[in-house]
Amino acid sequence: MNGLLSQEAKEKLLRKDEITGSEILLRTLLLEGVECVFGYPGGAVLYIYDAMHDNPDFRHLLTRHEQGAIHAADGYARSTGKIGVCLATSGPGATNLVTGIATAFMDSVPLVVITGNVPTTLIGTDSFQEADIVGITQPITKHSFMVQRAEDLAWTLRAAFRIAGTGRQGPVLVDIPKDVSAERTAFVYPTSVELPGYSEAPRPSAAAIEELAEAIHAAHRPVVLAGGGVISSGASAELERFLRLTGFPVATTLLGLGSVASAYPGWLGMPGMHGTYAANQALIGCDLLIAVGARFDDRVTMKLDGFARNARIAHIDIDAAELGKLVPTSICIAGDAKQVLGELNSVLEKEEDKRARRLEQISSWTDHVHLLSERYPLQYRDSDTTLKPQYVMEMIADTTGGEAIVTTDVGQHQMWAAQFGRYVRPRSFLSSGGLGTMGFGFPSAIGAQIGNPDRIVVSVNGDGGMQMCSQELAICAIHNIPVKIAVFNNRTLGMIRQWQELIYEGRYSHIDLSGSPDFVKLAEAYGVKGLRASSKQEAEAAWQEALSTPGPVLIDFEIDPNELVYPMVPQGEKLENMILGDFEDDGFR
Amino acid sequence: MTDSDKNYLSLLVSDTPGVLQRVSGLFSRRSYNIDSVTVGGCEKTSFSRAIVAVQGDEQRMAQIGSQLNKLIDVVEVNRFGAASAIARELMLVRLSPPAEKRAELQSLLDLFRFPIIETAVDSLIVQVTGDKEKNDAFLAMIARYGIMEIVRTGETALARH
Repeated sequence: MNGLLSQEAKEKLLRKDEITGSEILLRTLLLEGVECVFGYPGGAVLYIYDAMHDNPDFRHLLTRHEQGAIHAADGYARSTGKIGVCLATSGPGATNLVTGIATAFMDSVPLVVITGNVPTTLIGTDSFQEADIVGITQPITKHSFMVQRAEDLAWTLRAAFRIAGTGRQGPVLVDIPKDVSAERTAFVYPTSVELPGYSEAPRPSAAAIEELAEAIHAAHRPVVLAGGGVISSGASAELERFLRLTGFPVATTLLGLGSVASAYPGWLGMPGMHGTYAANQALIGCDLLIAVGARFDDRVTMKLDGFARNARIAHIDIDAAELGKLVPTSICIAGDAKQVLGELNSVLEKEEDKRARRLEQISSWTDHVHLLSERYPLQYRDSDTTLKPQYVMEMIADTTGGEAIVTTDVGQHQMWAAQFGRYVRPRSFLSSGGLGTMGFGFPSAIGAQIGNPDRIVVSVNGDGGMQMCSQELAICAIHNIPVKIAVFNNRTLGMIRQWQELIYEGRYSHIDLSGSPDFVKLAEAYGVKGLRASSKQEAEAAWQEALSTPGPVLIDFEIDPNELVYPMVPQGEKLENMILGDFEDDGFR
Repeated sequence: MTDSDKNYLSLLVSDTPGVLQRVSGLFSRRSYNIDSVTVGGCEKTSFSRAIVAVQGDEQRMAQIGSQLNKLIDVVEVNRFGAASAIARELMLVRLSPPAEKRAELQSLLDLFRFPIIETAVDSLIVQVTGDKEKNDAFLAMIARYGIMEIVRTGETALARH
């Protein structure tokens, strides 16, 4: 089945039969267009799994760990823009989802997370496999429900989908006690759900948009900072139109990668801790900073005191609570990025006569930042004797034309993937930006591949994070899910090692990962093709073999443990204090 | 903190399980200090109104207000400063005044019109209402009459029209 139901199938699902809570759950998920539920059974969800047994239309992917299930649902959601759904049992099943829920919450990913719980009669009695998952997850969900009666189930699920998928998106948890999943009731599918305390997206103020247009005309040194909100909102076309109208340069945050095609001439790359010289200099020197769907994360701003100190800051965000939260903001526009940019573009188009003067006014600034981009690109010292991770990322980008979906784990490889990968479309770079969750990279790729069966999906991992969810190799093998798994294997926790080297005076503490499995054999043990590469030639050959293999492949890229991620702004420092590493003497600054 | 930083948030909330936990959880997670919270029924069925007394400048109050607005069970958020609020707190005070000071205490209570709502052999309970500052001042004044126990509801408040 797919997300689009035939009229006949829909009518069958909508029939007002007397059915169990479990059947209501399955029918409602199908009516919501859910293609695949990622889950793991257990005692409290036995009725739900029993209902699946009779329902061939319902697609469920059994992972090997609940954490794998929720990260897969997350990767599905990030890559498709649809709502990801996962299912786990009570107690430990539910608590195993916690990291995944927090990951999705931090990055505003729409998920409906379904957990079983002990029967209502046992709740609060410390019964077997009982956990107060609603209470545990309250600070990391957009909202949560515990369903008390089967007749409330359809409404609650509808509400969960609406809340998860609108406004600032996020995970919503629905906890279903076992007796509720067993109880029979007449199925009534609510046509709409009223939520009195909920508004989907604020209507942007026309006055604020006018004010921003004025600021745009007045700016001499403008820069746009585009974040994940542009991608969630589907606003890439409006953003590109805005950039073409204004000629403003643009930097994209980690989660904003792909919101502007890497090939766009005014693109400065990613700013922040491991950002480009040009992007950081633009943030330092600008007189107008327009942030769109970005939330001034500390990895972007670095030390807040003095951030963009000469700039007027304009902030467009769907979440009014983000406006003015961290930086003094003079123009606050609460609204959906697509709508706000669309309306802003209309204003600018009407004032076409001002365009030439504006371009003239900013030309020395744009020349300056583009010169910085050209003179100080991201670079690395290539080698003929050791394999460089940056080279591998460039190879992946070149051979896929930037069209692949790349998911990453967290650490050095994540930054190399952000720096040296290429992303020509939104929803192509999936990474745990806010929470920084190790173990996210591989299962999220599985979800992305389920949602995008025709695209190449590459999972880039370190050897540390790969071991946090490697059990999911099983489902790649069983279902022939053709994820290409790259392990950047430096036999160490690279990013921690990097900090210990640069900030803790080389006092390496507990970062040695020797004793890790042979990843090639690990893959083969699960029935996944495993390849190894420790030179450029081997890397190219292995990668070509992976691309031509119609199934999952793991490549163990043996890279140099001494390779560091540069540039780097140490935590607590201002953006000005970039360490350029190998290129310190090459005329930077 | 100046008096002008004192604010009240009036929250219309759905009467659903855990709603108070969601509100208080938000305050603790984001390190906002609450002076007091009162909750009770209101003019709308299946909704309650919570009054949160909190200190903060305009920027902070705006931030707290928008964070609260995001809670699905919080239907409406209004905020007003101390100057534009009518605020009252109920306080019950158990006193054990020495016999020779009882008459003096009685006349003090008469002056304030605070009733004695229970009298026992060696103690009595006084009912006090007023805004927080007035109640604080009153407690300082009666300290010498042998305070045994104090309970305070925290302030509830309405915006002045």
